[in-house]
Amino acid sequence: MNRFDYIQPASVAEAIAAVSEPGSVYLGAGTNLLDLMKIGVSRPQRVVDITRLPGLDRIDWLPDGGVRIGALVRNSDLAYDERFAKTFPVVAEALLSGASAQLRNAATVGGNLMQRTRCAYFQDLGSACNRRVPGSGCDALGGQSRLHAVLGWSEHCIATHPSDFCVPLVALDAMVEVEGPRGTREIALDSLHALPGSTPEQETTLAAGELIVALRLPAEVASFADNARYLKLRERTSYAFAVVSAAAALEMEGDTIRAARIALGGVAAKPWRAREAEASLAGAKPTAEAFAGAAELALAEARPSGANAFKIELARRIVARALNFALAGTPQEMPALPASPFSTNPGAYHVA
Amino acid sequence: MALSISLSVNGQPRDVELDDPRVTLLDLLRERLVLAGTKKGCDRGQCGACTVLVDGRRINSCLVLAASLDGAEVTTIEGLAQGETLHPVQAAFIAHDGFQCGYCTPGQIMSAVGLIAEGHAGDDPERIRELMSGNICRCAAYKGITEAVLEAQQTLAGADSSRRDAA
Ligand SMILES: Cc1cc2nc3c(=O)[nH]c(=O)nc-3n(C[C@H](O)[C@H](O)[C@H](O)COP(=O)(O)OP(=O)(O)OC[C@H]3O[C@@H](n4cnc5c(N)ncnc54)[C@H](O)[C@@H]3O)c2cc1C
Ligand code: SF4
Ligand code: FES
Ligand code: FES
Repeated sequence: MNRFDYIQPASVAEAIAAVSEPGSVYLGAGTNLLDLMKIGVSRPQRVVDITRLPGLDRIDWLPDGGVRIGALVRNSDLAYDERFAKTFPVVAEALLSGASAQLRNAATVGGNLMQRTRCAYFQDLGSACNRRVPGSGCDALGGQSRLHAVLGWSEHCIATHPSDFCVPLVALDAMVEVEGPRGTREIALDSLHALPGSTPEQETTLAAGELIVALRLPAEVASFADNARYLKLRERTSYAFAVVSAAAALEMEGDTIRAARIALGGVAAKPWRAREAEASLAGAKPTAEAFAGAAELALAEARPSGANAFKIELARRIVARALNFALAGTPQEMPALPASPFSTNPGAYHVA
Repeated sequence: MALSISLSVNGQPRDVELDDPRVTLLDLLRERLVLAGTKKGCDRGQCGACTVLVDGRRINSCLVLAASLDGAEVTTIEGLAQGETLHPVQAAFIAHDGFQCGYCTPGQIMSAVGLIAEGHAGDDPERIRELMSGNICRCAAYKGITEAVLEAQQTLAGADSSRRDAA
């Protein structure tokens, strides 16, 4: 780790001023930043610790029934907040499927949104990586690319965004509140993460110095609470990033789908909302054919970026299965293995 | 740049001068406060060996800067036993052979103490396995670990209710 100056500002304004110095970064819980500093991928001159900023650790319910979540709320506190988990169960399930209990106790909402890719070449200083060193090339292309993107990638970068939390958030129209040197603004979560194009080093659309202060979910999407699931395929049962994941939410009217929400994780440099697939289900009956059709549409533009063609078919199946899970209904109680394909039946253990 | 922080470590107030902000809580405990019970496995959040409680919550001490913890209450494996009397989680790990080489054990025990305090597992072994998944055991003592957590949880619940009855 390089040497750096450590600053603990007392207000948002002070934090923004402190980070305006070149080479400065915000520090949330540090579970991603410190990791990357240890391996030399992040080499900040100045670390601006935002964890003591007042007022950003609250979950506030808005008069219209929506929710505003401060950027410093810890992942576990949000997932276990009773009202939140009842109103937006698919978000709670995704949170609890990520990382470990220890990491969730520390990780902040803002840090989860802003976490960097897990591409192994990005983390290896000996490899070429356009995201880390613009213009240096991409060793993932033609390399170990099993887990890389199948949607929205470019010849310059095929990395994925690793967050589980962001997947249902993008499906549910989450908004991000930002404060920066030029004042405050809000952006749809869908526009926070950038696709690589020819500038993969621009990972998000935040301007220099901008701080995420809160995240909002609109009241309307509470209508999906009864039929919403997150499904995450991992290479081991728990404590692993998604190979592919999907959030699926249905608003049912009798035996007809009134509205659907679908997003995928692990497939692109951003959480991937599948709007055409959603539209195909509006007004449809929830049949196996309809779900297969939606899954087909969700992956219509997918193409392998390397040795990962399998992810396309896998993603179709995960979408269709997540839709089936959603149709079966949000479980009364959080499944023992959140988002796992292994805990479909309550009471059935994956270890005998 | 010098940073001074005050912490409580296992109930004892500690004032620490940090000559360098790079020190993690794990390195502070092991290298400067000579509390080597907390183990360093991966140093990257991937194994759980470094688990301690900060303000009662289990976290990975390898991924937190000590400088950010001014005023915090830290509990490590050294702070669990009362004199010669083991904490119920420690006793249950011994009773159920919840370890072999023992390297992951301080982290496992601190994680189990955190898990029981969080109260989300009930008596469901599947939930305990899931909520202990942040602690890797290279010796694969998982069966004993799950049994130990279940038993310790019962012991602690019993101790709680007898305290209530006595009150
Ligand atoms: C072993 C391991 C396994 C994991 N598994 C999963 C998993 O399965 N699923 C998953 O989703 N995640 C997983 N994670 C990632 C974890 O969720 C993130 O590390 C965590 O959410 C980051 O939050 P933080 O508060 O620690 O962020 P930090 O590490 O403090 O910050 C991360 C980045 O965000 C920036 N930042 C932080 N807060 C703000 C803000 N308010 N405004 C603007 N920028 C900000 C920082 O500058 C930094 O670049 C795993 C991590 C580890 C170490
Ligand atoms: S895929 Fe992206 S992050 Fe990975 S090596 Fe290529 S440019 Fe870097
Ligand atoms: S040493 Fe901290 S998680 Fe491995
Ligand atoms: S007892 Fe050896 S690693 Fe767990």
